[in-house]
Amino acid sequence: MVQMQSQKIEQLENQLTESQNRLAEAQQRLNTATDAHAISIENQSVIAATRQELEATIESVELAMQEDNTANRNTTLGGYGELHYNNLDKGSAIDFHRYVLFLNHQFADNLNFYSELEVEHSIAGEGKVGEVELEQAFVQWDYSQSHNFKFGLFLIPLGILNETHEPDTFYGVERNTVEKNIIPATWWEGGFGFNGELAPGWGYDLAFHSGLNLDADNASASKRSSIRSARQKVGKANAENFAATARVSFSGYPGLRVSAAFQRQSDLTQDDDDNVGVSGIGANLYEFDVQFQRNMFAFRALYAKWDIDSGINQLNEGADEQVGWYLEPSFKLNPKLGFFARYGSYDLLASNSASASEKKQFDIGLNYWIHPRVVVKMDYQQQDNENGTDNDGFNIGMGYSF
Amino acid sequence: MKHLFFCLILLSSQLCVGAEYISEQDFISQSFTNSPTMKSIWLKGDRQEVAKEMLGHRYPALRLRYWMDGTKSAWIMNEIGKEKPITIGVTIEGDKIERVSILAYRESRGGEIRHPFFTEQFVGAGLKPNADLGNPVDGIAGATLSVRAVTNISRFALYLSESTASEFAIGQVSH
Repeated sequence: MVQMQSQKIEQLENQLTESQNRLAEAQQRLNTATDAHAISIENQSVIAATRQELEATIESVELAMQEDNTANRNTTLGGYGELHYNNLDKGSAIDFHRYVLFLNHQFADNLNFYSELEVEHSIAGEGKVGEVELEQAFVQWDYSQSHNFKFGLFLIPLGILNETHEPDTFYGVERNTVEKNIIPATWWEGGFGFNGELAPGWGYDLAFHSGLNLDADNASASKRSSIRSARQKVGKANAENFAATARVSFSGYPGLRVSAAFQRQSDLTQDDDDNVGVSGIGANLYEFDVQFQRNMFAFRALYAKWDIDSGINQLNEGADEQVGWYLEPSFKLNPKLGFFARYGSYDLLASNSASASEKKQFDIGLNYWIHPRVVVKMDYQQQDNENGTDNDGFNIGMGYSF
Repeated sequence: MKHLFFCLILLSSQLCVGAEYISEQDFISQSFTNSPTMKSIWLKGDRQEVAKEMLGHRYPALRLRYWMDGTKSAWIMNEIGKEKPITIGVTIEGDKIERVSILAYRESRGGEIRHPFFTEQFVGAGLKPNADLGNPVDGIAGATLSVRAVTNISRFALYLSESTASEFAIGQVSH
């Protein structure tokens, strides 16, 4: 009996030992599993943190890429330039006609400063052929989504070339003579103005600014009545009388832009008769232009006319009417190569039929865009001037903008 | 003069809000009937080379988000006009442009590009073998650079759409 009990106890002890061993193994497995789970959780945390760090790194790199992009800086630099070679009846010349720098600054999303500083004819100074000119320096406040207010020194909103004249944007080595002499481009004044959109495609400009001042005592009659020479360029300019310019434009159809502008000059002499006894000359400018582009064809046309008080005739007979126009069809063979022809006429003494002052000009040529913003140009010009001083020949040029 | 100034202010519908015309969210919701899936694509290797050809420079990002539902995708990218970035949205169905929208315009001139009379020219345009747009696009005088920016981004969006479609076709994942 005792022996049987001893065997039973031994058997139970063995079972207990076996169970304890199994429990230990299970505990060990459980511990291992818990460790693995803990490691897994830890790994997931590390992975999440690494992802966050990677995301932050990518975002930093992308931000740096965007900041490296000039457009995202508050202060930006741009410019354009053009080199011309003219081989004309009056002689040959090579001229780095314009070297221009734009410096702009964004004060806020809706408040920007724009400026344009130009060196004309490469060299400037006393007795030199060129000039250094500040052509734009104004602040524009975009006070609403479609309307802006600007003040400072700005380009007058007139014509086709006066505001957009980077060499890669127009045909012909030299700017056309109509806009040069009648508008007269490039023309800037000091003052303030509004511009914006009245309805989709309908734009407006309204500017109040400094006025012209005729050089009434100049020995040359043509200089005395010249609108181009009357630009004061906002350099200690006589401001006895101001001027105003208004323009309405329509660009609500693809490829089309039509503009009509009016300007009032209250007194072209600025109350100063220059000791020649002529003052108080008011003037109105009427200007109309069309630009149209359809596929590879394009067309530009402009008409401009000054209607000036007759007092100016005492300075130069017939100058109370100064008028000009041109037509310019063009065709692009491909995005790089385009051909144009232009025919136009202008007359600075149009009301004097005996003045022989009308100048007609025909141009034909090509633009080759090496890059969308780098262009090589060639053209041939033929003048037919009433006074017989024709100036025929050819021009070659290069230009760029950025 | 004072009266004129206030009249012009009254003409404006929203004061001092900048030139953001459509929010990103509105553009996406207007582009899709169903809720699209947002994905992203890495702009690496060939894609940046194509960007240089089409835009004239590398696109300033490592990845680009886009939205997709079936065969339709929508892309939002920034591109410089003259100086400031224009935010442009392009929706593509299959291999053709369904819609181009200007979400924000920051240049001083040329804002007319946001109007439908201009953007509708892109509808139905695909990418030609020489990487030009299938549709001719007539410009806006005085806004040449902005027109060029929208045209180039439309071409790049078509390329990216095609690029992601071909990736999925061979079983790769782009995000």
